[in-house]
Amino acid sequence: MSTIKRYAATALAAAVGVSALAACGGTDSGAPSKGDKTVTLVSHDSFDVSPAVLKAFTQETGYTVKVLKSGDAGAALNQEILTKGSPRGDVFFGVDNTLLSRALDNGLFQSYEAKGLDAIPADLQLDKGEHRVTPVDTGDICVNYDKKFFADKKLAPPKTLDDLVKPAYKDLLVVEDAANSSPGLGFLLATAGQYGDDGWQGYWQKLKNNGVKVVDGWERAYNEEFSGSAGGKKAKADRPLVVSYASSPPVEVLYAEPRPTEAPTGVATGTCFRQIEFAGLLDGAKNAAGGKALLDFLIGKQFQEDLPLKMFVNPAVKDTKLPEVYAKFGEKAEKPLTVDPKKITENREQWVKTWSSLVKK
Amino acid sequence: MAVPLAFFGLFFAYPVIAIVGRGLKSGGTWQFGRIGEVLGDPDIGGVLWFTTWQAAASTALTLLLALPAAYVFARFDFPGKQLLRAVVTVPFVLPTVVVGSAFLAVLGRGGLLAELWGLRLDTSVWAILLAHVFFNYAVVVRTVGGLWSQLDPRQEEAARVLGAGRFAAWRKVTLPALAPAVAAAALMVFLFTFTSFGVVQILGGPSFSTLEVEIYRQTAQFLDLPTAAVLTLVQFAAVGTILAVHAWTVRRRESALRLVDPARTARRPRGAGQWALLGGVLVTVLVLILLPLAVLVERSFQGPDGYGFRYYRALQSADGGGGTFLVPPLEAVWNSLQYAVVATLIALVVGGLAAAALTRRAGRLVRGFDALLMLPLGVSAVTVGFGFLITLNQPPFDLRTSWILVPLAQALVGVPFVVRTMLPVLRAVDGRLREAAAVLGASPLRAWREVDLPMVRRALLVAAGFAFAVSLGEFGATVFIARPDNPTLPVAVARLLGRAGDLNYGQAMALSTILMVVCAVSLLVLERIRPDRSVSGEF
Amino acid sequence: MTDTAAKPLLDLQAATVRFGARAALDTVDLSVAAHEIVCVLGPSGSGKSTLLRAVAGLQPLDSGRVLLEGRDQTGVPVHKRGVGLMFQDHQLFPQRDVGGNVAFGLRMHGAGRAEQTERVAELLELVGLPGAQRRAVATLSGGEQQRVALARALAPRPALLMLDEPLGQLDRSLRERLVVELRQLFERLGTTVLAVTHDQGEAFALADRVVVMRDGRIAQSGTPLEVWQRPASEFVARFLGFDNVVEATVTGEAADTVWGKIPVPAGAPQGGARLLVRPAGVRLVPVADGLPCTVLARTFRGHHVAVQLRPADGPLLEAECPLRDAPDVGAQVGAVFAADEVVLLEG
Repeated sequence: MSTIKRYAATALAAAVGVSALAACGGTDSGAPSKGDKTVTLVSHDSFDVSPAVLKAFTQETGYTVKVLKSGDAGAALNQEILTKGSPRGDVFFGVDNTLLSRALDNGLFQSYEAKGLDAIPADLQLDKGEHRVTPVDTGDICVNYDKKFFADKKLAPPKTLDDLVKPAYKDLLVVEDAANSSPGLGFLLATAGQYGDDGWQGYWQKLKNNGVKVVDGWERAYNEEFSGSAGGKKAKADRPLVVSYASSPPVEVLYAEPRPTEAPTGVATGTCFRQIEFAGLLDGAKNAAGGKALLDFLIGKQFQEDLPLKMFVNPAVKDTKLPEVYAKFGEKAEKPLTVDPKKITENREQWVKTWSSLVKK
Repeated sequence: MAVPLAFFGLFFAYPVIAIVGRGLKSGGTWQFGRIGEVLGDPDIGGVLWFTTWQAAASTALTLLLALPAAYVFARFDFPGKQLLRAVVTVPFVLPTVVVGSAFLAVLGRGGLLAELWGLRLDTSVWAILLAHVFFNYAVVVRTVGGLWSQLDPRQEEAARVLGAGRFAAWRKVTLPALAPAVAAAALMVFLFTFTSFGVVQILGGPSFSTLEVEIYRQTAQFLDLPTAAVLTLVQFAAVGTILAVHAWTVRRRESALRLVDPARTARRPRGAGQWALLGGVLVTVLVLILLPLAVLVERSFQGPDGYGFRYYRALQSADGGGGTFLVPPLEAVWNSLQYAVVATLIALVVGGLAAAALTRRAGRLVRGFDALLMLPLGVSAVTVGFGFLITLNQPPFDLRTSWILVPLAQALVGVPFVVRTMLPVLRAVDGRLREAAAVLGASPLRAWREVDLPMVRRALLVAAGFAFAVSLGEFGATVFIARPDNPTLPVAVARLLGRAGDLNYGQAMALSTILMVVCAVSLLVLERIRPDRSVSGEF
Repeated sequence: MTDTAAKPLLDLQAATVRFGARAALDTVDLSVAAHEIVCVLGPSGSGKSTLLRAVAGLQPLDSGRVLLEGRDQTGVPVHKRGVGLMFQDHQLFPQRDVGGNVAFGLRMHGAGRAEQTERVAELLELVGLPGAQRRAVATLSGGEQQRVALARALAPRPALLMLDEPLGQLDRSLRERLVVELRQLFERLGTTVLAVTHDQGEAFALADRVVVMRDGRIAQSGTPLEVWQRPASEFVARFLGFDNVVEATVTGEAADTVWGKIPVPAGAPQGGARLLVRPAGVRLVPVADGLPCTVLARTFRGHHVAVQLRPADGPLLEAECPLRDAPDVGAQVGAVFAADEVVLLEG
């Protein structure tokens, strides 16, 4: 018995030692040591911002921003819901219109009307009455096409959802699983927005007959199946149409060396679903004042101008100056499709289920 | 015993029970009705069946292909052996997204098989099975091979002198001695493939789904905790059954074996048969493991206008054309190494203590604990991650936003490896050697250090290698745990792959190559660590 | 029986160890004086090894006490008892060389490097393996292993050295030579030794005092001569290899047995008893002059021949006779008994 105890003591000492050691060499300790001078932003993995912009915030307000990321947009929000009441941070960024109702129904956010809200178009302000969330950016999920493929084939690329079911585009489209992937879900919602509650299933039947390929996620669809991407070219991909983002073409330009004069891919502008991304002050935030300042900052000029090239989304604030590459190669969605957030929350699971049994089998 | 128990209680049992409880409890009462409801769903039945049989098939295939390799690594000396042993472990650390694309390149359209025989396996179940072999090859080679290399070949020779044929001698002498290690390796492979997530998704396409995928979907996407809880229980039940079967098959405890210095058991192959065996194993490794890895490496060098270092150069500039990183990729390497070292230390301390305790006391309770240690392999990362969120929120354990949570979660997966690889060897150590040390004045801890440690050093290094590799490549828990922005290599790769653009894709490949190299080098270094060689120099 | 030191170095008081219902040690009282060499002799399963393990602390007592130099060892862990134990199969550490094995105990006791080196050389010299420091233990012969094990046990200068079947695995000639060497060595070093063995020859050659054990109890204790000459019980007698035991009724200086009248030493207790005639006390005479027997077998024992005889009635008899006088198998001989080789047994 005493042997075991001695072991335990030694091990505990070792474990503590390890922790202490790690803490010394470590990067960031979890303790809120700086009191209310730190404001914590919780977000998903895609969140990104230039360090200079955050520094500017600190200079302006005296608050230091600590960013916590966890999982994709859905997972990050669900974690927030689970920890409701004792949140890990002060501000949550990254709830979009497909998830908005779930967030609001769970009472995740406190009301706060951010300064500068009037510069944001009213149709983006989905919680206008209570201001629990503030729209920060928008992004469009659209079908992308491989320009070279259509030029070689002397075929006009598709423009609308209706085009996609035409025989000319048979076996060309690859889409993501709506159950796992947010572009996949966005595209499903686009068809629901276009053809209505009872019409979308028929449309998907036609898509299926026209040889749509469903793969698990965006990475496989875009990097492995889509002939217009760098990975696709290496993998000898054979699908020139893919569900991606309106911002994908400028990204292709930006991340190419040497930089091409024209984007290798284009956007079927009539196939887009609009995502609106919101931020909100968490209920139970330890540093509410800092959180409010941060929300103001998120729709301020500096952050808004930083958005396009960090997260490849459109600033929510009207007339924000866009970076040149983004303005030049980005294509504007025509009348992007939307679905009421409440309706999405109510039907999402059922739609995905129906969609799955329709398409995957 | 107390430390491992506390560790598992606090960082595994409590969070998992809490999250399951949250799902099944509504308004203070248990809602067991949900169980019947979910289980009645025919889709779930299908998922459960697929999950189970693909895991069984993957395990069988892995054993079939990897056992000869375990033998070859244990008994033969050939140039580049250490390097190769490190290389076969590399798949273990690669993010599934990356492995997926490598496998597609070999098995899919335009891949090697397609070009040679017009064969495409990319959406067939074969792709999944082969990828599982790819991932788990090292598990068998290392755990079984580690023990095998320490078995005294003279025992087999003795059996042969007594008239047993070569195979009969192996079957009667070596196999029984190896059985616990083989069973342990099979169990781990099974658990890994049973809870396979990324591989099934990427290679199988949406028509294949495992329990793990469903749990992820219900928890992370729909926040349907009741369904997730039921599925978690189903997974628990399945994993529990497997563990029980395993315990039943190796009820015969590891007996005391004559262990010898591995350096003495290996020699150069002799005769056509042995060379053929070595050749066969090398070809398998080449096709199954090196080829996919080579594709990744090739892609990391292949730009739109020929081969070169452009993607590696791009990695150096943190803000290469807009910048995907808040931190430069080299810092990701550093982050990964730090996490991996801490996770490995935790896993070694906890796992080593558990293994030592299990060696000394073999009551029924202890055996139960033995099985419990394996459970983390059979539980979804998302379940544990979300469980952390709702449990570790009270001081002194408000660790929700602390970086230590990442290595802790990683260690959870590392501990079973440590226990599994060390236990057979520890049990094989003759207890009277410890007594001899004690009589000579060594305290129990000292006796462990002086007697057990030198004998299990090899197993310990194997275990450490695994824990390290697991942690280096760990992705699931890392993304589900909120952390300040210091991405690990796999996270950085995933982020790069999540964006369009030639440079991003190329950098992802380059970073994957770096990850491979880091892994291989770390393992090589680890194998080289031989403190106080044969200890004789100590006095 | 021995009444030397006032305070024995080792003192077992009613030491009891049970394995389930069976007592491996049953209220054993035993003391060993400083510088004494005590050999515990007994068949396998008699509790000898358990006795050593109990003293070393490897086997906890169910009741009773172990005292070392007067101090109760209850609760004192193995490594703090300061005893040495040489294991039956040596248990050398396979991953260390000879020097590493011998130095082990010294390191555990915090000896400096120079001291270790010196002492290891000295001990290897002592056990007759000078310069063997670097040899791997796997390359040692059985005798060499035994020597290394001994050196290892002696190195930390234990107050009490315990040997478990020290020569058990060695061949006969080596054993006979080593046992003499050991005795000389221990005498020279003044080591206190508690050894166990199942080999009486080993025990008698090594020990100052022999303790015979049976079923966890001490059957007899005494100097080798005492035990040899006066086995206390039939068990001890038979264990020592004396099989000429018979039921007897003592009247005066003679006893009535199925073998006829046998003279007994003067002052023997009267009445019924078990009686042992040592083979040396059975003399062969012409058949008419003694108990008529048939010669069943002859076994050469070096300087004499053991002759097995079948009398007309009663158990077989063993006689010792000089080489040249040994009768042929099948011959009819007479047997007479010498009183000084007759022992009356207790119980």
